[in-house]
Amino acid sequence: MKDFAFTRRLGLIAGITMSFTAAIGMIENFNKRVLVEPFILMGYVVLLGVPILVGLISARGRPNPLEKPIRDSRAGAVSGLIAGLFAGLVTSVFVLIVDTFDMTQFFPNMRPAMVEIMTFGFGVPIGLLVLILVTGVAGSLGGFIFGQSDSVRRGIGQATIWVLGFALFEGVVNDILEIDPVLDVIYAPNGGLLPWSAVVIGAVAWWLSGRFQGKSKILVEKVQKADKWSGIRWGTYLLGVVVLLLPLFVLGGIVNELLINVAFFVLLGLGLNIVVGYAGLLDLGYVAFFAVGAYGIAVLTSPLSGTINPEFSWWVALPIVMALAALAGLVVGTPVLKMRGDYLAIVTLGFGEIVRILLLSDWLTPIFGGAQGVRQIPGIPFFGTEISGIDPQYFIYFTLFFVAIAAYISYRAEGSRVGRSWAAMREDEDVAEATGISTIQAKLLAFVTGAIVASFAGALFAAKVGVIFTNSFDVLVSIIILVVVIVGGMGSIPGVAVGAFVLIGILGGPKSQGLLAEFAQYKLLIYGALLVFMMLKRPEGLLPSVRRSRELHLEELEQDAWLDKGGDFGNDEVEATT
Amino acid sequence: MSSSPAKTKPTARRFRFNWVDGFLWFIRVAALIAIVVGITGSVQNYIAGEGLTAVQWRDLVISSTSTGLMYGLIALGYSMVYGVLGFINFAHGEVFMAGSMVGFIAATLLFENGFWDANPFAAVLFVLIISMMTSTIVAVLVERIAYKPLRNSPRLIPLITSIGVSFFLQYAFAGLFGVASQSYPPAPGALGEDVIIFGIPIQGTKVLVFVVAMVSMVGLWYFVTRTKSGRAMRAVAEDKEIAGLMGIDVDRTIVVTFAVGGAMAGVAGLLWALLFRVVDFQTGFLPGLKAFTAAVLGGIGNLPGAMLGGVLLGLFEGVGPLLVLGGLGIPAVSQLKDAVAFAALFLVLIFRPSGLLGERLGSEDRA
Amino acid sequence: MKKTSMRLVAALGALALVAAACGSGADFEAGPLGAVTVEGDEDIQIRSLNAISGGVEFLGIPNQRGIELAIKDYGVIEGHNVTMGTPLDDLCSSDGGQQAAQTIVADTSIVGVIGTSCSSAAQGAMPLISDAGMVMLSPSNTSPALTSDLGGTAGEDNLPGYYRTAHNDAFQGAGAATFVSETLGLTRVALVHDGSSYTNGLTNAFAENFIGMGGTITVHTAVAVGDVDMGPILAEIAASEPELLFFPIFPDEGTAILQQASGTEGMEDVAMMGADGLSVQNFMELPESLGMYFSGPNTQFLSNVNEATGKTGADFLADYSASYGEDPGADFWAHAYDATTMLLTAIEAVGVVDGDKLHIDRQKLRDELTATSNFAGIIGSISCDEFGDCGVPVISIFQHDNLDDILASKTNILYTYDPTA
Repeated sequence: MKDFAFTRRLGLIAGITMSFTAAIGMIENFNKRVLVEPFILMGYVVLLGVPILVGLISARGRPNPLEKPIRDSRAGAVSGLIAGLFAGLVTSVFVLIVDTFDMTQFFPNMRPAMVEIMTFGFGVPIGLLVLILVTGVAGSLGGFIFGQSDSVRRGIGQATIWVLGFALFEGVVNDILEIDPVLDVIYAPNGGLLPWSAVVIGAVAWWLSGRFQGKSKILVEKVQKADKWSGIRWGTYLLGVVVLLLPLFVLGGIVNELLINVAFFVLLGLGLNIVVGYAGLLDLGYVAFFAVGAYGIAVLTSPLSGTINPEFSWWVALPIVMALAALAGLVVGTPVLKMRGDYLAIVTLGFGEIVRILLLSDWLTPIFGGAQGVRQIPGIPFFGTEISGIDPQYFIYFTLFFVAIAAYISYRAEGSRVGRSWAAMREDEDVAEATGISTIQAKLLAFVTGAIVASFAGALFAAKVGVIFTNSFDVLVSIIILVVVIVGGMGSIPGVAVGAFVLIGILGGPKSQGLLAEFAQYKLLIYGALLVFMMLKRPEGLLPSVRRSRELHLEELEQDAWLDKGGDFGNDEVEATT
Repeated sequence: MSSSPAKTKPTARRFRFNWVDGFLWFIRVAALIAIVVGITGSVQNYIAGEGLTAVQWRDLVISSTSTGLMYGLIALGYSMVYGVLGFINFAHGEVFMAGSMVGFIAATLLFENGFWDANPFAAVLFVLIISMMTSTIVAVLVERIAYKPLRNSPRLIPLITSIGVSFFLQYAFAGLFGVASQSYPPAPGALGEDVIIFGIPIQGTKVLVFVVAMVSMVGLWYFVTRTKSGRAMRAVAEDKEIAGLMGIDVDRTIVVTFAVGGAMAGVAGLLWALLFRVVDFQTGFLPGLKAFTAAVLGGIGNLPGAMLGGVLLGLFEGVGPLLVLGGLGIPAVSQLKDAVAFAALFLVLIFRPSGLLGERLGSEDRA
Repeated sequence: MKKTSMRLVAALGALALVAAACGSGADFEAGPLGAVTVEGDEDIQIRSLNAISGGVEFLGIPNQRGIELAIKDYGVIEGHNVTMGTPLDDLCSSDGGQQAAQTIVADTSIVGVIGTSCSSAAQGAMPLISDAGMVMLSPSNTSPALTSDLGGTAGEDNLPGYYRTAHNDAFQGAGAATFVSETLGLTRVALVHDGSSYTNGLTNAFAENFIGMGGTITVHTAVAVGDVDMGPILAEIAASEPELLFFPIFPDEGTAILQQASGTEGMEDVAMMGADGLSVQNFMELPESLGMYFSGPNTQFLSNVNEATGKTGADFLADYSASYGEDPGADFWAHAYDATTMLLTAIEAVGVVDGDKLHIDRQKLRDELTATSNFAGIIGSISCDEFGDCGVPVISIFQHDNLDDILASKTNILYTYDPTA
């Protein structure tokens, strides 16, 4: 047994994680959702996913940059088995405690129903043995998979992803396909995949993974290298147009609504990306600019707004709102120019809260509506009609238009002189100042640009929903935008888009539901864990910008370079004798 | 402002500099005017017999001070960690909340079997120990798991990580305990009644807050100046590298720092729960932010400063709205309490960025 | 003979025509808003849209369960089952309401919605639901803007297709103000809300009415949700020297105010009054709450019978306890039950049977609901006005006199405000 301590520790961590997910009621809630009839329930998938994962890691052993991992199925299975058994042991101790002592007074989720589920219906004490065994098997499965060849692992991975995808996103498939006979064949009447359709989907995915491995990269390269006016290029353009027309013709109201919510966060993420990703200023009060945009439009366009009531059209009000946001950016940015990074974060957070409290206050109610919000905000006027959230299939194009503008601004800014000032400032502010860069200008420009982009989102939001309240503009939103930017990739435009899609689209935003509604209760927990995990393992995000990636892994790159040279300690005599 | 000898050729940069400085001066002056006018208005009200009576002001000051002392206890943790590691531990508010929530379990159990009312001081002491232990454990765990691997990362990374930890802890507790608020049993025995000090009746719990805060301060002072660990902490705060070279176990010292800060937060957690009786998973968020404000107010890295900052912040937030904003004629001032607290941070950083008693930063963090 | 046979043919012909018109669905013409056709093996689709997650789930979950039980009790309509589908979450926000409404209007087989919990969600959802021709009956919304100001002027957010069994805030404001002014004879009241549109709407309504009766609002201020330190606000209130404090907020902040008030100079002789948000178990168990006044809709439901299902309030509570293992946390379960049965009764009334299909004309459904008059529900006798207010406009004020038996205490009614009596 190679590394018992490591395996044991993994098992302990897995056991604690499993117990934790049970203690917060996740398993019980998730088990209400059937993924594959009749046994594969979502809760169990999450529960047993932990030991499988741990089995994989245990089989790999401690990460060692000098060696390539050895793929040995049998050793892997054994290692995974031990890790799994250990995890099961820890978890069953937990279940036993819950069963023995009634703690529901303090921990409402630790109740008999949970014990039922955790013991797979067998109850204590037989169920505990079952739990340990099942967990052990799951662990060894993970280890076994690790030992398989590349193509097998890829196949299993793809199969799992596709089966889970079809099962979890049943709602979307329903919405898009809408052909009942086909749906009845795939899904069971009460939800979840039919067992044989799961098998078929898995097998097809496995086969496809083998066939098309590596082909996608070749395809992308081909497209990139192709002549500007060649057939391939035209093909991609046509594809782009088709994709762009999807919301209008194919996607239903539900998916369009979701996409609009995602687009809002892409927009906000792009704006925060300029402030945090490019200029390195951690603005935790970013939602204040969003609020300026929304309340600005609301006050200027709604017939019901209090003392300031010009009732402009959205298009007329927009430039005014942009100017207000720019002003706000200056007001927030100027005092914090000389502050250190951490102070900046807290002060901007304070600003965000001050703005929200003032908008909510009774004092400013005559202008901003206070607790009653601002209502009857008209939609965006467009050739005679007003477009608002009632028609998401049209509204989404407005949102996409502004997303494109924001992306363009970001892209140009990054490559410009200001962008390079930002990069220099991020490296070392004092040196940048010394080389003649006006950090003041750079910082203020970052704040102002970020504020204007946020005001786009705010203006669109107000027109879409038609009625706004301050509880849509609290500090939670700022932090979620930050999570989107970080997870997607700080300083990377496609990264932000991916982050928004994955997080807001699937898990859901602070005030909107994602595709996986069951996660709604736990999404903030997951966001927190995700943020920590990303910072520890991959701070540059999912789709990083190359530059940022280099900055963040400087130490590791240096280490790699040193290792490549032979890892020479300088001890030539020792080397000679080995 | 600086006088420029080359008055004939102001460069673009020099001009911008003046403009920024000018804006800051404008804010300073405007804030001062607003404060003075507000206080004058309140004084006028008082003389005219309107507004709060003298007794009401007095009580308000007392209760604001006791809240402030609790902010101070939490601020100690922020100050220590910032002094040693140079970043804001966002999750410290949740460390405070954790002690409170777990203490709740102990307090409720004791209440249900009668021990709470029968032996008030023993019961409170017991729950205090539970609360302190919980907070310490959480603080140390967070450091080991989330902060230690990031010791050498660029500044922004640990800060963002601590935001993630803060969120995770909040919603982990929400998942475990449920989202509903938990009510502590009423303060037992003499704590529930008023104690007469200098002729002023003060609620027993508030007196306890004062006493405990003072004892903690003294204990901490002793620890930092007289014990080896404490001196090691100060050395590491001064300069991590050199302290390491001198033979101090830097890693262990950092753990001790988090532990002590956590313990102080645990004390605050118990006091908070006794005084306000209601705790839930979000109890730590806002007080955590305000406590950091207090730490900055007093001078980051400076422990007596943290305590002083806490008391001052409590007074700003409790008395400020009524005294200043009320005097300016703004309606519903109590709603603006939190805004005043954040504004206080902002104003401190504009008027005196190094805090009232001055900062104590390590050599790496000093400009 | 020819005449008789001709008459016979004519009579037969007329009979045939009449038979065709009455029996054949092919002649069913939908009204201006279209109709829902429920096929032979399909269920009648309605939806529940309530706040079922986050901190406000105690408001929404009893509603949702009330709907489930109502569907179960009502039974079958013309051979079709009724189903509620997946329960939807309104996230207690306007964008949450709008997002959920998109899910609803995408499915044209849905006849009506019972929801929302929060008025803000209804303001976001109604434009879509009204546009789609559907109906929505709310068991909990109380904002006047959604219906009317009770003076004949439509609220700004009033749209066709909206109904509610909950009372209008304007009622409660008037009722509470009348009680304080006339029954208690007080003239100086302090108001506290918590920044939500519901509590703020109540304090505004109270202020309007109270000032109209010659009273003075000494201070109208607010706490922030999550506040625990009530020292400053209590000082602000005490300084204004009120005779009564009306704080129609929720238990978290309400508890803090109540407990810290006893230690505040100047608050000793101030009477305390809350609303339905505070008349819940854990608040009323506090010793300091003894003697407090509570205003709210009449909750003496136990003996009332719902004419559609024959169940009493007591029956419902027993069923609820048996099905879900606990008592409902908030008081609007009865409103949800009645709203559901109202909707189902109306569906049954306007539904046209066509073989094994059922046609439900949307406009006729709306007309039927608006015409609801003296429908006996658990909440009392329900009649709808032109703006959608169907709630029983009876507000009762009780004084808490029994810490051990909360339910008994709620019967200690000092004043009933009933403008229809």
